[in-house]
Amino acid sequence: MQAALKVDELSKTYTSGSRSLTVLDDINISIEPGESVAIVGPSGSGKTTLLGLCAGLDKPSTGSVHLYDSMLNDLSEDERAEIRNKHVGFIFQNFQLIPTLTALENVMIPLELQGMKQAESIATDLLERVGLKDRLDHYPSQLSGGEQQRVSLARAFSNSPKILFADEPTGNLDEDTSQSVEDLIFALNQEKGTTLIIVTHDMELANKTNRIIQLKGGKVVADRKPE
Amino acid sequence: MADFKFLAKTALRDSRKNRGRLLLFMSSIILGITALVAINSFNYSVVKDIDRQAASTIGADLVVQRNRLPLSDEVKGLLDSIPGERASEMQLFSMSLLPEKNVSQFVQIRAIEGDFPFYGMIGTDPEDATNKFRTEPIAIVDDAMMFQFDLSVGDSIKLGYQTFEIGGRLTSGFGSNSLTASFAPTIYIDQAYLESTQLVQPGSLVNYSYFFKVPEDFDPDEWDEEHRQTLRNNSVGTQTVEEQKEDLTEAFEGLNYFLNLIALVSLLLGCIGVASSVFIYVKSKIPSIAVFRCLGMSGNQAFLIYFIQITVLGLLSVIAGVALGSSIQVLLPLVLSDFLPFDIALDISWTAIIEGFLVGLVITILFALLPLIAVRKISPLRTLRASFSDDLAGKDIWKWIIYVGIVLSIYGFLWQVTKDPLASLYFCIGLLVAFFLLYLVSKLVIWGVQRYFPRRWNYVLRQGLSNLFRPNNQTQTLLVSLGLGTAVLTTLFIIQGLLLQNVAGMDEGDQPNMILYGIEYDQMDGLLELTEEYNLPVIQRVPIVTMKIDEWKGKTKNEWLQDTTVRVRRWAANREARVTYRDTLSSEETLVQGSLAGPPAEHGDSIYISLDEGYAEGLNLEIGDEVIWNVQGTRITTYLGSLRDIEFRSLSTRFFIVFPPGVLENAPQFRVLVTKSPSPQLTGTYRSEVVKRYPNVSVIDLTTILRTVGQILDKISYVIQFMAIFCILTGLIVLISSLFLSKYQRIKESVLLRTLGASRSQIMKINATEYIILGALSAATGIILSIAGSYLLATYQMELDFKMNWWPIIIVFILVTGLTVLIGLLNSREVVNKSPLEVLRKEVG
Repeated sequence: MQAALKVDELSKTYTSGSRSLTVLDDINISIEPGESVAIVGPSGSGKTTLLGLCAGLDKPSTGSVHLYDSMLNDLSEDERAEIRNKHVGFIFQNFQLIPTLTALENVMIPLELQGMKQAESIATDLLERVGLKDRLDHYPSQLSGGEQQRVSLARAFSNSPKILFADEPTGNLDEDTSQSVEDLIFALNQEKGTTLIIVTHDMELANKTNRIIQLKGGKVVADRKPE
Repeated sequence: MADFKFLAKTALRDSRKNRGRLLLFMSSIILGITALVAINSFNYSVVKDIDRQAASTIGADLVVQRNRLPLSDEVKGLLDSIPGERASEMQLFSMSLLPEKNVSQFVQIRAIEGDFPFYGMIGTDPEDATNKFRTEPIAIVDDAMMFQFDLSVGDSIKLGYQTFEIGGRLTSGFGSNSLTASFAPTIYIDQAYLESTQLVQPGSLVNYSYFFKVPEDFDPDEWDEEHRQTLRNNSVGTQTVEEQKEDLTEAFEGLNYFLNLIALVSLLLGCIGVASSVFIYVKSKIPSIAVFRCLGMSGNQAFLIYFIQITVLGLLSVIAGVALGSSIQVLLPLVLSDFLPFDIALDISWTAIIEGFLVGLVITILFALLPLIAVRKISPLRTLRASFSDDLAGKDIWKWIIYVGIVLSIYGFLWQVTKDPLASLYFCIGLLVAFFLLYLVSKLVIWGVQRYFPRRWNYVLRQGLSNLFRPNNQTQTLLVSLGLGTAVLTTLFIIQGLLLQNVAGMDEGDQPNMILYGIEYDQMDGLLELTEEYNLPVIQRVPIVTMKIDEWKGKTKNEWLQDTTVRVRRWAANREARVTYRDTLSSEETLVQGSLAGPPAEHGDSIYISLDEGYAEGLNLEIGDEVIWNVQGTRITTYLGSLRDIEFRSLSTRFFIVFPPGVLENAPQFRVLVTKSPSPQLTGTYRSEVVKRYPNVSVIDLTTILRTVGQILDKISYVIQFMAIFCILTGLIVLISSLFLSKYQRIKESVLLRTLGASRSQIMKINATEYIILGALSAATGIILSIAGSYLLATYQMELDFKMNWWPIIIVFILVTGLTVLIGLLNSREVVNKSPLEVLRKEVG
């Protein structure tokens, strides 16, 4: 079976003047479709950089990233944007909602980008699914942190992505809200059969996934099943 | 993928919370476009009226003119071949005496013969005054002069030896401008009575005009073209309705050129405001753009969203500017009435509206594009790392293409206005240099403050100072926009001041202020006695002989004029020369070459004359060349012995040609007496006495002329100041929007400082420090630029003495700095007056 995400000999080095810093070094990962994976590790271990590279937000220094049948290295920024729009969903620690758009409009963006006619009804259904039926016309500044993350979640699933990347999805939320957001992420993951990749510090959350990849100093130091 | 509808919809949604703010930022271009449209609409109205009114401004189909001398027989023969009606005018300057008021006035006499004007009319009050003055010694007197001396219809006016009854007030005449009219008011009389005034004597300055009304099948332009060479050889000028249209259009173009430059500067200032506003706006939108990119939007789509927003707002601003400009064009004739040959009928000019709209929109969008194109490059990676900024670090070829587009569009605009590609190029280069210097200064300031940062100063000052170079600083934007505005304004003030100073200084010190001319030989002793009685000094007593140049360097005048291989100045060859004789230089002259006293040895005892350097150059003459003069029928052979440079700004008599003593003493001549009166009262009584005793002698009061020139300059200053208002207002809006923007840049920081315990006064002091430095630096840089520019303009273009009046400059400096601080502090009021949480919720949330 074709891997949902395949990373081969991936390295990322940043250069500033005469100094260079290797953030990721020789990473090899393969993730199957529908799998849920947590990437864990201390601060500065390269988790977010790896997420960015896997999602096609950045280009590696060496090595390759395959997202389903697309080799991301060979694509331009706009071609990668098209792949993100069709096959990828994102959830961020700080929600990243557009402040000038309502909750509904935020969720509709990926669908409208595809020129989909039923964008509004799909987005409304998704917001209803995450419990925000009454908040459709609210702006992000009028929503609580938990509500904002649920809008972000609805947006992430709006284009029925094959793969979902979540960067510390509960990092800015209190315990109760975190719990409900986590439940929603996994429920939608199950429901839609989406591959899920979560970057987190939270081992409790990591243990809810099928697999944990541990990074340290830019290298994979463990790839195991959760406890 | 997404279509335009989605992009337009997203642009609309995304702009929701920013529309008011954005509109304020874009509004800085409104005034620039207002000025442009108002000026262009007015211009088109004038051009249309020129077409409509050209015939009635010259009063005939064809006018033939000869200055100073009657027509030659050859030209008279030519004029006899013109069919239709004819009339003529003799025009001269002279003194007039008002017996009832016992005062005299220098006037311009227009003696009419025939049914002139054939088109239009001489405006009089009562209206039928022109019917009577053809049959009786009646004069039509300039309305302003009637008012000045409290004259009434029926009073008398004496011109030379003839007394006329004032038959009416002249409300509108022909061929006189407001400058001439204000120091020599016009008097119309019938030509039949001119002889009895005895004002026309050999050597009198009389201009002759012949007016023709021709049948429809006769083309005056064709006739003019056919006989041009003969007419030119006889120093005869012509004017047809078509030429008048061209002349009026050309004369107006100068004014239009100046007005358009002011409009362009306003527009450019506005555009700097737009560019800086869009730059900050885009910066504030980076997180949203990164999210859009992350969700699959391409760089070009993201760019289009903001391009649509800016274009729509730009469009609204341009429409507002166009509407405002079309409405306020009615103000321009009020300001410019003294410089226009006729009343202007103002209509809505669709050409001006479309031109203003297109120029405004193109230039606004080009300036907005500069910061906007960065949107294409914003990386989605910023969603994960807020500190990521490598995406905008690289060079973008489009930026340079836009720069070229801006320069080309400015150049195109200037070329269209000036019709002079070279002058447009110089102006463009000047503008670029000004921009570059201001940019350089801002870079130097940022570098200097960082490099020599006063680490031991107190915190408040250090914080204010460091705002100049930290991220989101306003140093470059404010220095360039405020600096350029200040430079334009100060240049206008300096040049205006220089013009007024140079005029005012002309009769200071030992400079004469009264000239008596037309004095006959036997009147001189009496006049000297009279002058002595009034205790006035005789500064110059100059004999004047009139003559014409016949031959030089072995060729006749006509041979020179027909020779296409050598360029000889027509004015120099054709002029009726007024020559004096003496063996010393006057105080206004410097000897450039040769010797005034002694001739070069090889020419023995010939007559050596001295010429003005420019005059000799116009005739292609060098030291030692032979010149033959016609002195009222007698030919005199001379040689060029010396060249002089004459200071033309002096009010003394000046002579292009000076003969040595002992040659012209017996030739027919008249004399000029130059004196200086200490007060206007003495000038008045002395002048009246002179006119009473010697009616043929004209007394020119230079103080009055200077005062008139000063008044005209004041009017020009008024026009300049009126137009400068556009620059000032645009600059102010740019200042307000720039500082308003900086509020958003600084708000988080100020709130944080407040949260950490900074007092209101500390925040105010930090902001004041930054704005004082920015305002003072912008003003100082602009002023230095304008002093350098004005010096070059005054010295090399206008040939004025460059003496600075520092007061207006100090006032501009204080005003610009003060306004910057005031608006800056008003902007930060909210941050210091409300609780930090309240501000954060409102402005940042």
